[in-house]
Amino acid sequence: MLMRSRPSAFSLIAVLLSGILLLFVVAPLIRLVLATPAGDMVGSLRDQELWQSIALTLRAAGIATLISTVFGVPLAYLLARGRFVGHAFVQGLVDLPIMVPHSAAGIALLTIIGRHSLLQKVARPVGLEFVGEEAGIIVAMAFVSLPFLVGAAREGFAAVPERLEKVARSLGASPARVFFTIALPMAWRAVLAGMVLMWGRGISEFGAVIIIAYHPMTTPILVFQRFNDYGLSYSRTAAVALIVVCIIGFTALRFIARPPRREAV
Amino acid sequence: MTLVLTGLTKRLGSFELPPLDLEVNEGEYFVLLGPSGVGKTVLLEIIAGLLRPNGGRISWRGRDVTWLAPEQRGFAIVYQDYALFPHMNVRHNIRYGLHARRRPSSGTAAAVKAVARQVGVEELLHREPKTLSGGEQQRVALARALVVSPSLVLLDEPLSAVDLRMRRELRAQLRKLHREAGTTFLHVTHDVDEALQLGQRIGVMLDGRIRQVGTAEALFQHPSDPAVADFLGIRNILAVARRNGEVCEVGGRPIHVGRRDGEFSHVWIRPEEILLSAEPFASSARNQLHCRVVEREFRDVLVAVRVACGGLQLTALITYTSFEELGLMAGAEVYATFKSSAVHCF
Repeated sequence: MLMRSRPSAFSLIAVLLSGILLLFVVAPLIRLVLATPAGDMVGSLRDQELWQSIALTLRAAGIATLISTVFGVPLAYLLARGRFVGHAFVQGLVDLPIMVPHSAAGIALLTIIGRHSLLQKVARPVGLEFVGEEAGIIVAMAFVSLPFLVGAAREGFAAVPERLEKVARSLGASPARVFFTIALPMAWRAVLAGMVLMWGRGISEFGAVIIIAYHPMTTPILVFQRFNDYGLSYSRTAAVALIVVCIIGFTALRFIARPPRREAV
Repeated sequence: MTLVLTGLTKRLGSFELPPLDLEVNEGEYFVLLGPSGVGKTVLLEIIAGLLRPNGGRISWRGRDVTWLAPEQRGFAIVYQDYALFPHMNVRHNIRYGLHARRRPSSGTAAAVKAVARQVGVEELLHREPKTLSGGEQQRVALARALVVSPSLVLLDEPLSAVDLRMRRELRAQLRKLHREAGTTFLHVTHDVDEALQLGQRIGVMLDGRIRQVGTAEALFQHPSDPAVADFLGIRNILAVARRNGEVCEVGGRPIHVGRRDGEFSHVWIRPEEILLSAEPFASSARNQLHCRVVEREFRDVLVAVRVACGGLQLTALITYTSFEELGLMAGAEVYATFKSSAVHCF
């Protein structure tokens, strides 16, 4: 047991500042929930448009995350292990979507998935439309939230000692076997944490999505539209519903990806 | 020759391995001995195929394997820090290589059990690596390497991370495992005792170069140069200032070396060949110096007495009985006597 001494002025100030920050995060959310009459919330349960948009939002962000995982995890592994030429440059490219304003990202995406783009022409025969469709929403969500997945997965792979992989190679394992039996099993929590982050970031995306698809409406756009057209109280129930659904989902996933409890050696 | 390295070089950041040649015999226990940071681990990883050399050639049983992938070489590497897979228990760690090499699964359990018994970890098979002591972890690492019957076992300072008692045990075990496995072991270490105890042949690596290769006896009888002798802990290596026929000037004193052919820059006088006495005495030995005791170091069965004669300092090894008879306090006067034939020149 640590000796309890009088807390220093520094730790008091640090606690105070942290408290203010946490309050800043939590207060608007709590106020929002408290300010929404229970009757409105019960009524929103029958709001077909709202639930469809929530389902769309969760699904699109989920698909964006799964697709990005297939491409992003190998990239994260290369970046973690990489001593290749242009390593820092590639790292910078991956983080680019964080810096680009999301409405601008949406405009940029339109140039490759717009109605007359090459990609759209290739995709049309198989019945895939981007603009004003769920596929476009998925693309927009993937673009803006990909750095969170790659970043978290890269950290996870970087924490796996390279020496373990060397031993595995010398024991006869191919690079693919090393990845699937050593690197991934040791880094899966970080990958999953990255997926959760990416999913959450995708759900909340507004700027890039609204440029590519105003309809069908994702929940952030629905909240905006209702606020614009009908005002605060009408948009509030949609906002609360999305927040509650997200908190439940993230808590469950965080629980799955929690670090193992440390055991005494 | 089983393993032949020819002109192997590697640049790794600021580190550079100069062109290196080495030959290891089939079935041999070869120890590469050198201080830390001379590139021994880099060399092992190049041999294992985990690092690519910048130049040179590795041949294994007559075949060029320089660019072969590590998993195709049939070697196994054991590191100082054990490198057990933390997400697998001991059993799964040991059998990893069997799965990786696609050995038929019918024999896996028996093979794991046999090797676990051989290294003495059969009681630990269900345990997680983090619950094991250092010595136990290194045994598991050895079992994991040996279970695939590698044709070459690469050992990177395998005993450095375990405590002294365990180190002695593991040394004996390594020798036994080498005998039983009948394969080639290449072991790198900075520990002279370890090298002497384990190596059938020893290569001394200094400044990235292999300076001398030979049996323990050969290294101690005929160290190739002063740096090797110094690293091996050989005492009384002295630089020759001037030479005049059979007499050399060492530390400002004349030393009889007898008739010698060829050039030499250093002499080495074995500490056990120097006799200390309270009075001068007549003898066939050509060298008798009047010295003062500088320092005494008490060893297991002998006392190392350091004496000075002007600028010349020598260490003599004497028994405890002689030490008591002579009453050698620091500053006491003694005579150091040795034959000219006891002076090794190189």
